[in-house]
Amino acid sequence: MSWVLIAEQSLNGLQFGLMLFLLAAGLTLVFGIMDMINLAHGSLYMLGAFIAASLVQVTGSFAAGVLLAVPATALLGMILEVSILRTLYARDHLSQVLATFALILILNEAVRLVWGSDAALAMPQALSGPVELVPGLMYPAYRLLIIAVGLAVAVFLFLLINKTRIGMLVRAGASNREMALAMGVNIQALFTLVFGVGAALCAVAGALLGPLLAVQVGMGENILILAFVVIVIGGIGSMRGALLGALLVGIVDTIGRAFLPIAFGAFLPPQFASAAGPAIASVAIYLLMALILFFRPQGLFPARG
Amino acid sequence: MRTLLVAAALSLGAAAGPGVQAADKVKIGFVSTLSGPSAALGIDIRDAFQLAVKMNGGKLGGLPAEVLVGDDQFKPEVGRQLAEKYVKLDKVDFLTGFVFSNIMLASVPVAFENKTIYVSPNAAPSPLAGKQCNPYFFVASWPNDAYHEAAGQHATNKGYKSVYLIAPNYQAGKDSLAGFKRFYKGSIANEVYTQLGQLDYSAELAQARAAKPDALYIFLPGGMGINFIKQFVAAGLSKDIQLITPGFSSDQDIIRPVGDALLGTIDTAHWALDLDNATNRKFVAAFEKEYQRLPSLFAAQGYDTALLIDAAVRGAKGKVENVETVRKALRDAKFESSHGPFKLNRNQYPIQNYYLRVVARDSQGRLVNKTLGTIFKDHGDAYVQDCPMK
Amino acid sequence: MRRSIFIFALLAAFPLAMSAAGQLFYVGMVSRMMVYAIAATSLNLLLGYGGMISFGHAAFVGTGAYVAGILLAEGAASAWLGWPAAVVAAGAAAALIGAVSLRTRGVYFIMITLAFAQMMFYLVNSMKAYGGDEGLSLPRRAQLGFGLDSANEVVFYYAVLLLLGLVLYSLHRLVRSRFGRVILAIRENEARAEAIGFPVYRYRLACFVIAGAAGGLAGALLASHGKYVNPNVLHWTQSGTLMIMVILGGVGRLWGGALGAFVLLGLEQLIADYPIAWLAALAPNYQQHAGLAVGAAMLAIVLYAPQGIAGLLAMKKDAPA
Repeated sequence: MSWVLIAEQSLNGLQFGLMLFLLAAGLTLVFGIMDMINLAHGSLYMLGAFIAASLVQVTGSFAAGVLLAVPATALLGMILEVSILRTLYARDHLSQVLATFALILILNEAVRLVWGSDAALAMPQALSGPVELVPGLMYPAYRLLIIAVGLAVAVFLFLLINKTRIGMLVRAGASNREMALAMGVNIQALFTLVFGVGAALCAVAGALLGPLLAVQVGMGENILILAFVVIVIGGIGSMRGALLGALLVGIVDTIGRAFLPIAFGAFLPPQFASAAGPAIASVAIYLLMALILFFRPQGLFPARG
Repeated sequence: MRTLLVAAALSLGAAAGPGVQAADKVKIGFVSTLSGPSAALGIDIRDAFQLAVKMNGGKLGGLPAEVLVGDDQFKPEVGRQLAEKYVKLDKVDFLTGFVFSNIMLASVPVAFENKTIYVSPNAAPSPLAGKQCNPYFFVASWPNDAYHEAAGQHATNKGYKSVYLIAPNYQAGKDSLAGFKRFYKGSIANEVYTQLGQLDYSAELAQARAAKPDALYIFLPGGMGINFIKQFVAAGLSKDIQLITPGFSSDQDIIRPVGDALLGTIDTAHWALDLDNATNRKFVAAFEKEYQRLPSLFAAQGYDTALLIDAAVRGAKGKVENVETVRKALRDAKFESSHGPFKLNRNQYPIQNYYLRVVARDSQGRLVNKTLGTIFKDHGDAYVQDCPMK
Repeated sequence: MRRSIFIFALLAAFPLAMSAAGQLFYVGMVSRMMVYAIAATSLNLLLGYGGMISFGHAAFVGTGAYVAGILLAEGAASAWLGWPAAVVAAGAAAALIGAVSLRTRGVYFIMITLAFAQMMFYLVNSMKAYGGDEGLSLPRRAQLGFGLDSANEVVFYYAVLLLLGLVLYSLHRLVRSRFGRVILAIRENEARAEAIGFPVYRYRLACFVIAGAAGGLAGALLASHGKYVNPNVLHWTQSGTLMIMVILGGVGRLWGGALGAFVLLGLEQLIADYPIAWLAALAPNYQQHAGLAVGAAMLAIVLYAPQGIAGLLAMKKDAPA
């Protein structure tokens, strides 16, 4: 096992973790501040990818398409919040779960009506080759872009949350909503804004991952579950927790997909070795979540005071 | 009350359902993957099948053909439910269409139990060629292992010292790599099974790079192959490692989304656009005219399936309600398919040639597969000796 | 009670009518709906009466399906072995998962049940010996003995009908028993129930296990009916589908689960098979987008009619003349 392999797989894990962070960040804010379970978060990720696919086709430029898809999805997210989701804040968690699950169904079919079951989103030509990071280590340029964007967004979010007034309001709302309300914060507007930011983050992830994975109806469901796992592990309402949780999940997933099959290959036939690794990684991730829920349900970095 | 109404509606609807089967037309149940990342395959088969029927004046074997089309959405449960409906409710004469072996294997038992013939336009797994061969299962395409055996033979011919193998973890995936190894005499660098439907191959590509093989052989149909090849080229591996694929991983449905990255890829198949026989020339021209795109080998298979059913119904003199007559007609069917004279082995799998192809530009600058040579002549499959059928 | 008997009489007469018309396919279809009715009813016990929002119920249905399926695949053909085994296995799984999950509350409970369900999904997915994600085709349905051939759609239908009746009757009695009333009290006000001295955790666990076991029965029937098991039956979206059925039908009402299953699956079938001309003229592909109607209906119910169809029916019945 060479250092090149380890380095390349580590970068893969980082890339996956950062994209997961983008989704988890929005989800944790919504959950933390509005105390709402939003299962339709994955659908915003899907919408972001489809909108980006169309905009890239229309504008002929990958960058333009992706950049425009972000505010477009944010707008759609805010419309959704104002029209339907707002009525759910006061309701119990079960109603929220069911209503947002219903939204997943509606949005899946709506996308299928408008775009069909899938859309084509191609990597920009300029980035479809490898880059030599250090002599001997080649890595796809596009994945480097994803890592760069992921890190940039993380830095931006931290600055936003920790250094601005809006961020302070968000942290106040996450920590103690009633008090924030009592202090005169315009909660309605804040909620809509937070939701919009969450949707924007989903769009970035969806548009960037589109060329690597497939832009298809239902792509949100699988990643949604992982995002929930991340925020539970990290702590609901906590940005730091979302980042840590996402990176943790990224590492476990990489070990499972990349290194465990090599280890198992030593004493299992190839078919079983290949299946066992990812299975164990998945089980490990959920096991971790269950353990956290049991022993430290508020997560690793609790936001609630 | 609502429940009463629903129950009543169902009963009435059911009673008013389709009537008794009349032998004045031939009914075909066509279930395939028509949505999702691998939809291009099912769509090509369907389009070619329907084109053949259309070119025949809406008939197969002289009888008007009614083709019921369903989408399995790449899900075995859905495929199974559709197969049940077509076989039990619509009482089709032939079931056909499945692209993927796993969906097909989950769905065809219901046809076999109801003595309905299934003609496969694609999937032809090894168990059904050998020990579990079934009188109601016919293959119009090629045995699952065939392309891979041809590729293995080619790798041996070229003298590659080590080959890296990747396939998805399901029956056809297992069959593919077993087939390759059957005819490849060099050493295997590694044998990796990915998840069916997996789209991100970063981990596997990193491992392949570390192993430094002469060639990489992949079996990744549909959307899986598209993503893999794009990521393979993006990782810079195409410069150091020769990519060999089975024909369908480099055909038109992959060429369209992947583009120039595919140039120079070597592949093996039982058919190519430039095969010179009358049926093929007619088929390619008609397909291009009707659908404004070049046919892939899946389309050729769909076309051949329709021709096979046509020959069988004609051989049975239109008596489609007599399953045994139709079966015999299928076994004895003689017609000119898109790749030459069609012949079935005693396990109802085809015997045919396999060719070496390369992705290159044709005279109009389009990316196509050009035939380089013949690897196998009149090649059957490795499982026929286990089949008890005569 | 009279209404229930009437519905059962209708269900009992259905296959006879279908046999006469030669349309046995529909008998199989309604059998499947009844199996889902059992699954939804088991979730209703948990959700409606117990007030426990478990998003992992598909795990128990799936456990039952796989235990029953594996026994059939390995040659143990009797339903009298396979189905009770499925029930016990699912109940045991529920005991384990419930023991851990019920120590948490609210949204954490929802998430942890989801986590366990997904773990089971991935475990089953990796079982290559039993098909992995391709699923496992079964050689035959479980044998009922007594000279009855379960391959016969009508025979299987009556077996399922019998079991559905048993499950509903048991639920009816359970809810009216002391156990049932404690469970309802806990749902209404946990603190007060605790204060009175009821061991809340143990009652909840018992309820969880019973619901899981009943779900396992549905799973076993599902495996036999389709002669096929596949990991998707354990996926969290299946838990969601079962929830839709319960909510649609009426959470916390006896017929809620069954009603929801019938309506949801029945509508799916109707939309797919019987095109409505004027609707097709407006939206040519509407049949492939049935999910939109389901989603919209569910959203409407959650927002405006949380008592579901059964609730609406009951209200109409109780309204002053």
